[in-house]
Amino acid sequence: MSTVRAEPQPFEPHQARVTRDLSGLPTYGFGPKSPMWWGTLGFFVVEGMGFALALGTYLYLVQQNPHWPLAPIPPDHWAGTLNTLLLLASLWPNLITDRHAHAQDLGRVRRDLVIMSLITLATIALRLYEFTGLGVRWDQNAYGSITWVLLALHLTHLITDAGDTLVLTVLMFTRHATGKRFSDVSDNAFYWYFVVASWLPIYVAVYWIPRW
Amino acid sequence: MSEAATAPRELRDSELDGPALSARLARIWGTQRSIVGWLSSVDHKVIGRRYIVTAFLFLFMGGLTAIVMRLQLAQPESKLVGPDTYNQLFTMHGSTMMFLFGVPIGEAMAVYLVPLMVGTRNIAFPRLNAFSYWVYLSGGVFLWISFLLNIGPDVGWFAYVPLSGPEYSPGKRADVWAQMITFTELSGLAVAIEIIVTVLKQRAPGMSLSRIPLFVWALFVNSFIIIFALPAVMVASTFLILDRLIGTQLFNPAEGGDALLFQHLFWFFGHPEVYIIFLPGTAFVSAIIPTFARREIFGYLALVLSLIATGFLSFGLWVHHMFTTGLPQLGAAFFTANSMLIAIPNGLQIFCWIATLWDGRPVWRTPLLFVCGFFFIFVAGGLSGIMLASVPIDTQVHDTYFVVAHFHYVLIGGNVFPLLAAIYYWFPKFTGRMLSERLGAWNFWLAFIGFNVAFFPMHISGLMGMPRRVYTYGPEMGWGDLQLVSTAGALVLFASFLVFVWNVLASLRSGAVAGPNPWGAGTLEWATASPPPPQNFDHIPVVTHREPLWAERGGLPVVTGLSIRHRELVVSSVAEAEPQLRESSPAPSIWPLIAAVTVGATFIGSIFTPYAVLWGAPPIAAALTGWFWPKNTPEDEE
Repeated sequence: MSTVRAEPQPFEPHQARVTRDLSGLPTYGFGPKSPMWWGTLGFFVVEGMGFALALGTYLYLVQQNPHWPLAPIPPDHWAGTLNTLLLLASLWPNLITDRHAHAQDLGRVRRDLVIMSLITLATIALRLYEFTGLGVRWDQNAYGSITWVLLALHLTHLITDAGDTLVLTVLMFTRHATGKRFSDVSDNAFYWYFVVASWLPIYVAVYWIPRW
Repeated sequence: MSEAATAPRELRDSELDGPALSARLARIWGTQRSIVGWLSSVDHKVIGRRYIVTAFLFLFMGGLTAIVMRLQLAQPESKLVGPDTYNQLFTMHGSTMMFLFGVPIGEAMAVYLVPLMVGTRNIAFPRLNAFSYWVYLSGGVFLWISFLLNIGPDVGWFAYVPLSGPEYSPGKRADVWAQMITFTELSGLAVAIEIIVTVLKQRAPGMSLSRIPLFVWALFVNSFIIIFALPAVMVASTFLILDRLIGTQLFNPAEGGDALLFQHLFWFFGHPEVYIIFLPGTAFVSAIIPTFARREIFGYLALVLSLIATGFLSFGLWVHHMFTTGLPQLGAAFFTANSMLIAIPNGLQIFCWIATLWDGRPVWRTPLLFVCGFFFIFVAGGLSGIMLASVPIDTQVHDTYFVVAHFHYVLIGGNVFPLLAAIYYWFPKFTGRMLSERLGAWNFWLAFIGFNVAFFPMHISGLMGMPRRVYTYGPEMGWGDLQLVSTAGALVLFASFLVFVWNVLASLRSGAVAGPNPWGAGTLEWATASPPPPQNFDHIPVVTHREPLWAERGGLPVVTGLSIRHRELVVSSVAEAEPQLRESSPAPSIWPLIAAVTVGATFIGSIFTPYAVLWGAPPIAAALTGWFWPKNTPEDEE
């Protein structure tokens, strides 16, 4: 291709030539077609970096201390394990919600969103209970601090998702439940995968590294 | 895939043309002329302009702190300011320049220019964009009001623990620093995601990856560096607040914490930060050089790959800020090698730019003068950077004025000179008027001479052993003459900015009228009026070349079929920019401002009590719900 150079002849902005008509295109899409999906992915990266750095801090502190945990006994893992199982089990209704959103099946989407709202609220309740079994306070030592930080950081994501899901559930019961809102439901389901996936390494760090 | 096409009968841009179409689109995309309208605007140009002006105001305030410091250091044992004020001054200078000017100015220019350059009508997530500006403004005002109340941070722009920890920094000064970070990084991250999605999904039909302007590539890569790097400083500053406010022990070695952990977290952000400041500089240079060389850029692919390589390598350099902390030598050797390696993609860019000028017919206007100043100063800073990459040299000059000289050469050379070039270049687009060339030449030569007179002697002061961050020194140290020269240079540099401000103000009133494309440039932002109308383009262009306005002399090919009843833009595929959707773009809204106020109040409250997070959560949730709830506008109901 030859080099393009600027010529003295000026460019005329008003001489537009129509080459294509886009009026047949849809006004919303799902998945990678939708800018919102990419925006959600961007927030995964940002929040994922936050999780990665907090986990990195945990491992760094493990390596800096001759003994770990800095507490007589490791945290009680049963509440955390139960929550992990609940989170993993929730992937199924989440997938179903996404499918029904794609199919724009309003009745089923309403039902699925109610189920997902209840699940997110249950995981928050379980998480709050998890704090009681840690056996260490946040201000006792660095082990207590980073353990509380990891659980709390993930808790903020559970709360955010619960807020999102509840608002969306209410929205889908109003007259606004049209077109693009199904794409929003799908993006909300997409976010939940991230919330579940980001929990798994935290679960291992908080409950199993102290038992290593 | 189940997407619904809208009802077939809708008013489309194919049914109108000329001034009638322009007027109708301007009404749909415009910002209302009222206070509420002004506060609700989601137009990327309105918000971009606010960002640019605000970032420049912070540049001037940061510059004023520098002038006071230079006056203090002009002679030994000066009594102009005391040690406490001096500590606040250098902390305010560094924090303002890095967090309130350095990062935001690149994003500010991107917010204004990227949507125009990719041929779309607004940035992706325009309400998030408005929110991010208010959050940024709040963070900056918060920092400066704290300083005026004598609770400005005094722990350096990187606020190392244990100095900034609860034991050695009682009071709220360190918290002000940490919370300012939360504000500015939140806004920086939001803008980065907007830019990434705008570039990936809103490019004009035909603008495949290999036709994206280099300016856009640079800011796109920059946005990726931002989303991977900024979380680290947010984590560091949040941990610091937690240690100070609720007694966590993360950085306390007595309770199993670690002080160096802060430095690792900070510099994992801090080194990419240098490139976050520099890449917008390369963006400006890559846009300006082809226009004034009158040919397309030489080595487009090499330049794009250099940007990406710089992005990756920038994450492998952070430990070179920590060479004197006693880390293992093997690790230090890796970071030395990487610090030298990054000179290769950066050097390659310089050669491509020089080759473009070499083969072109350069037109010597003010923007090109500043670009040449950039070459000289940035390369000089790069050379001292290679010296500092070596552990023995770094150990000798660590925390001396040699380092101060180095990073001012890199940052002012790599960001401020290209930025001034960019303002001279795009001012006609922003305002419709040209800046004065005569004042521009004065501006350039004063800046270039003043800068070198101020900062070159600092290399020697540093080699003579003068440490950073000292508020005074004894006459027996022998640094007085060099320091006086540096102060004189700083005053000349300051004078150059006065010329700049004069030029801007005078040209706004009576500069020559620019017209759409005063420089005869080739990228899309010059295909529309100056300043651009609210809708940017009456018809979305079709891109057939990297310099579309040079390739399509008979007028741009365009697409039609978009609504003229409500805000609608083209969403296209990631690689080939094949149109996929006609998506509605959000209408103006006051909710982003309300959300920013609730978030800001929560951030500031949490300096004083952890319960602020609990009290703040319901108003934030309410504001966000108000933001997202459909408003019966055609945009929301599509």
